[in-house]
Amino acid sequence: MSVLTEVSIDTISQPANDHLHGDLLEISMGPHHPSTHGVFRMNIVLDGERVVKLKPVFGYLHRNHEKIAEHETYLGSMPYTDRLDYICSITNNWAYALAVEKLAGIPVPERAEYLRVITGELTRLQNHAGLIGFLLQDMGASGTPLMYAFREREKILDLFEALTGSRMMCNYMRFGGCRRDLPSGWMEHAQKVVDGFPRFLDEFERLLRTNEILMARTQGIGIVTREQAINAGISGPMARASGVNYDLRKVDKYGIYDRFSFRVPLGEHGDVYDRYMMRLLEMRESIEILKQAMRDLPSGPIMDPNTKIRNFRPKAGEAYGRIEAPKGELGFYLISDGGPNPYRYRVRPPSLINLTLLEQMCLGHNVSDVVIILGSVDIVLGEVDR
Amino acid sequence: MNLEEIKSQIEANVPGCSLEILPNASPSGQHSLLVDPEHALTVASFLRDGASPHFDYCSNVTGIDWPLKETSSKQKTKKIVDGVEKEVEELVKISTGNYLEVVYHLFSQENRQGPLVLRMRTGDRAERVHLPSLTPVWRSAEFQEREVYDLFGIVFDGHPDLRRLLMWEDFTDHPMRKDYVDPDDYEYEPTAHDEVLRRTQAHYAAQEALSGAEEAR
Amino acid sequence: MLGDGIIKGLAETARNFFGSYVDKERLTTVQYPEERLPQIEGTRDFPFLVYDGDDWEKGLRCVSCHICEKECPPKCIFIEKSKDKKPDAVGKLQFYPVRFDIDVSVCMSCQICVEVCPFDAIKMDVEFELSSDDRFGGLLHHKDKLAKSNEYYHKIHPTEAAAVDAALAEEREKEKEKQKQAALAAAAAAAAKAAAAPASAPAAHVPVPAPGTNTDTSAKEETK
Repeated sequence: MSVLTEVSIDTISQPANDHLHGDLLEISMGPHHPSTHGVFRMNIVLDGERVVKLKPVFGYLHRNHEKIAEHETYLGSMPYTDRLDYICSITNNWAYALAVEKLAGIPVPERAEYLRVITGELTRLQNHAGLIGFLLQDMGASGTPLMYAFREREKILDLFEALTGSRMMCNYMRFGGCRRDLPSGWMEHAQKVVDGFPRFLDEFERLLRTNEILMARTQGIGIVTREQAINAGISGPMARASGVNYDLRKVDKYGIYDRFSFRVPLGEHGDVYDRYMMRLLEMRESIEILKQAMRDLPSGPIMDPNTKIRNFRPKAGEAYGRIEAPKGELGFYLISDGGPNPYRYRVRPPSLINLTLLEQMCLGHNVSDVVIILGSVDIVLGEVDR
Repeated sequence: MNLEEIKSQIEANVPGCSLEILPNASPSGQHSLLVDPEHALTVASFLRDGASPHFDYCSNVTGIDWPLKETSSKQKTKKIVDGVEKEVEELVKISTGNYLEVVYHLFSQENRQGPLVLRMRTGDRAERVHLPSLTPVWRSAEFQEREVYDLFGIVFDGHPDLRRLLMWEDFTDHPMRKDYVDPDDYEYEPTAHDEVLRRTQAHYAAQEALSGAEEAR
Repeated sequence: MLGDGIIKGLAETARNFFGSYVDKERLTTVQYPEERLPQIEGTRDFPFLVYDGDDWEKGLRCVSCHICEKECPPKCIFIEKSKDKKPDAVGKLQFYPVRFDIDVSVCMSCQICVEVCPFDAIKMDVEFELSSDDRFGGLLHHKDKLAKSNEYYHKIHPTEAAAVDAALAEEREKEKEKQKQAALAAAAAAAAKAAAAPASAPAAHVPVPAPGTNTDTSAKEETK
């Protein structure tokens, strides 16, 4: 557990302070703590082991991404989007490309749309695989599940490296298409990875779905109801674990998602266990989408021929584009004044907004539960702090 | 979803509020609705609970800085000069901006519609920067309004916990404003041509001179 | 049953443990640096400058047009353009970079410089063991360190390099064709002139543009 530091507790209103009750303890969890997945800090007030108050502290990784983008060209911001949620760079590229395409009215060729779906769903697979590995690590299953998950993630990262040149900072999409067509042999390799993936899921489920310890640790912990989730703007798998039927792939049908048949898994309880299961189920649906997309991949150009890469100046106006990133609704809001740089560039970070209910989820639970509640939200600090 | 329709719905249900549709020239076609700050909270709760469709999901909240911008353009106007109608070119000065703006992107999860772009403007950029907080209506605005307060300096009245979100508490400026000046004490980077380098060198030269003066004393 | 999960878990672990003895795919650890994974072809890390021929200084494709310097998002490239022109690998007079620095401690390997380069002069390397004990100087690469031969480029990215070479050869062919056409047209014009005025002196000196004198780089940039 973390190093507990006792600090001044004068400011905290204390319950009846008799010798049986003891004092409240304020601890600062993070910013350097293995369970916070980065430099994230929570100021927690504890009554014994129980959380009485919890305030998240942000900004340790803040670099003002939005201001940087206001000084960059539209193309120049694309590699910076990789560094938002650095686990899923391809979906970040996609969201940004989609927003610019909306802003300037750029069409995307069909093959490029398919490539986007294939790489995007592979990103979702590796993000969710990594997440469940980390979540189990947070629960105390040291090492093994994480290594199993990373073994699978590694295969997908190899695919990304062969296609985009980089394992994590892919910088793959462009306004009006994708940067590079599939190299020879990539499709066969990808087919093998996708076909082998259910085996990993089966292994994971067989091992852990009905595991007593996992169920004892996760069921009934960190509950978010459906109404709370909608009102607090929770999106992505976390919202669907609370029963909110809102998947942008179905709602907006951006790209070509209306061509694939897949289901949207929904949770019932909105606790950590549901969020964990949501990721497993979503991976299965992603595999379905991948199979369909790889089967139907047409040939053709991968870039809109009329879109310039350099000296790109969209007409004055604004657009909000959003996609269903693995962590939730990732949106980009762009305002153009007709110049080569965006006048305003805003990222709607799902990781940050999904933390809105963190305090409420943790109240009344133990410190050890705070760790897995935070783990089940699935945050990346590159995106939270931007 | 028609913006005109929603506007008339609000006008019928929130008496006294002034609304304006701001057109958006981009192909995205996302026009926005400008709301006066006095009635914003009432309008927001009407949009969530009363309007059809219910805008139950506030996705994105952000600020925009519009500093004072004076442009002069030549305009042709018809004037009667010496009894004859003539076209006269006149230099017209237009000043725009000088306010901060908050933008809310609302969606309806129930009917899967949106976005409805809601905007509010402050009086100016220095003194009258207070706007009502919409966090009581949509909790998702909580962190995002804190961020707007932090980076733009808009004060949200009625926000439950208005503190800086990303910058530290002792920080005084608002970095996302267009007239924000970066600090010049960057760590040295050997990008020889960069303006950063010149400013860094100037900063450290000034510091050295300062410490030298202290030693001499 | 109590303890069910433990038995299942141990069985799974045992399966993977013994599996690594029979299945090579399950044995994922590689003993770096003694063992290395085969290089994936598309991989990239930092940019380098391609040169043709044997002499790196003479053969650099870069004509210091400053496009990559302007487009680089973190501004890690610094170029100083030459005042004079020198013949390049094919004998064409070109400007060349007097100074070409890339700060790899700032570079973020986005390869936008490669995409915007109209001359195929800058490409992505795969060299990743670049650590240095000099925090600033050791990570600032000058053009002597950046210049690498076209053969090296073929070795690390064979498919891509072949495509680039084909495109370059085609372009050169086209240019030659253009010059030939221009020469032919000039000759025809001269012949017509000569035919129209048979009394005048025969057109002995038709101005034919010598190969390799077309150095108008800005025109080429426009066409890209």
